[in-house]
Amino acid sequence: MSTDFTPALKLDLGATPPGQTQSAASAEAAGESEIHDVVIVGSGPAGYTAAIYTARAHLNPVVLAGSVTAGGDLMNTTEVENYPGFTDGIMGPELMSTMEAQAERFGADIRYEDAIKLDLAGEIKEITVEGGQVLRAKAVILATGSAYRELGLEDEKRLSGHGVSWCATCDGFFFKGQNIAVVGGGDSAIEEATFLTKFADKVTLIHRRDEFRASEIMQKRAFDDPKIEILWNKQVIGISGEAKVEELSLEDTVTGEVSPLAVTGLFVAIGSDPRTALFKDQVEITPDGTVAVQGRSSKTSLPGVFAAGDVLDPTYRQAITAAGSGCVAAIDVEHYLAGHGA
Amino acid sequence: MSTIDVTTSEFEAEVLNSDKPVIVDFWAEWCGPCRMVGPVLEAISDEHADSVKVVKVNVDDNQEIAAKYGITSIPAVYLFNDGKVQKQSIGAKPKAALEKEFADYLGSE
Repeated sequence: MSTDFTPALKLDLGATPPGQTQSAASAEAAGESEIHDVVIVGSGPAGYTAAIYTARAHLNPVVLAGSVTAGGDLMNTTEVENYPGFTDGIMGPELMSTMEAQAERFGADIRYEDAIKLDLAGEIKEITVEGGQVLRAKAVILATGSAYRELGLEDEKRLSGHGVSWCATCDGFFFKGQNIAVVGGGDSAIEEATFLTKFADKVTLIHRRDEFRASEIMQKRAFDDPKIEILWNKQVIGISGEAKVEELSLEDTVTGEVSPLAVTGLFVAIGSDPRTALFKDQVEITPDGTVAVQGRSSKTSLPGVFAAGDVLDPTYRQAITAAGSGCVAAIDVEHYLAGHGA
Repeated sequence: MSTIDVTTSEFEAEVLNSDKPVIVDFWAEWCGPCRMVGPVLEAISDEHADSVKVVKVNVDDNQEIAAKYGITSIPAVYLFNDGKVQKQSIGAKPKAALEKEFADYLGSE
C-alpha cells in the first residue's frame, strides 16, 4: 500500500511567501476567488472525519460532498455493527448524517456539488465543480472512495434496474417471495444475501472460489441461514431475459461446465475499485489502482495533495479505517500548512 | 413549481393524461440514494417548470404502479409523455446527468 518516494519535495515558494500575503494578492488578481486552506473531495467517513479535524484546527475546510453521493457507500447500507461506540449498532445513513452534522458544528462548509476537474500540480490547487465554478486551495484531500465493480457482461447494463442491482437495501423490497442470486464472496456479499432473505424465498450465493473472503461471523450467518444456498466455484458468465432478468449462465471455475440458474434478480457484490479518474494522471497510483501514499502518512506524490479512505486502501476498507485515515490526512494538512506559513 | 406526491389512484390523471411531459421519481423512505435524488429533482422541477412536471411515487404505498412499470431498482426516474414511458434513468445521478438524459423534453432553459 505504501510506495517509496524521493524525499519530500522542497517547495520553491518564489518571491511571494504563501499564507495571507499571497492569498490576498492572488485573490485580487482572480477577482472574487478566495484561496481556501483545504478542499476535501468526497464525503464518506474519510472525508467527514478530515472535515471534523481540519475544521477544529480552524482551517475552514470546504467539503465537496457530491450531489448524489454525499455520505458515501454507507448511505446504501443498513445496520453497521462494527463501528466502535455504538453498542447496539447504528444505521449507515444515520452514522453519516451524524458525522456530517459534527463537521458542520465546527464550521466545515459542506457543499452538495461534484468536482469535475482537478489541477493539483501547482502551489495553489484548482478544483472545478459541475457548473464551472473554480475553487482554489493550498491543500486538497482526496477522499473519493471506491465505486462498485461490475461483472462486465453484455446484458448487465441493459438489465440494470430490471433485475440486476448493486443495492440490496434499495431493491430487496421488489423481490418479495422470489428466487434471486447474489454474486460475491466478501462481507458485503454475505450481508446483502442475509438482508435479502427478509424478502426473497431463496437466495443463491454464487462465489468463484471454494471459500469466502468474508469474516467468520458473516460466514456463519450465511451457513446458518436456511434460505441461503451457496454455489462454490461458479462464476456468472451470462444474464438473460427479455425485459427483466430470467436466467443466469454459470460456469464452474474448476470443471468449466456451464449450467443455467433461473432467478428473477441478481445482486452484484464483487467488490469495488478506487475512484481515481479525476486525478490518476496527476498523482502516483499503485499497481492496485489506489493512490500511492508515503509510508503511514496520507501524502501523495504531489506536495499539498493528501489522500484518505478507500481511495488509498487496497486492503482494509472499513468505515473505521476510512475515518482513521481521514484523521491522518487532516493532521498532515495541518502540518503542511503550518510549514508553509498558513 | 415543486414536486408533488402522486398515488396509484391519481396516476392516470396526473401522469398518463398530463398535457406536458412528466418526470416520475419512484422512491421509498428506506432507500438511501433516493434521498439524494429528491433535491436534484426538486431543482429540475423549479428550473424547467414550463417544460415538465415532476412527481414522486412512493413505491411502498403504491406497489401496483411500481409493479406495472416493472420497477426493481430505485431510485428510478422515468419520463412519461403522451401516456408512455419515453426515458428511464436508474440510480442516483447528478443534476447535469439527468438533464442530459431528459434534454429532449426539458426545453431550452
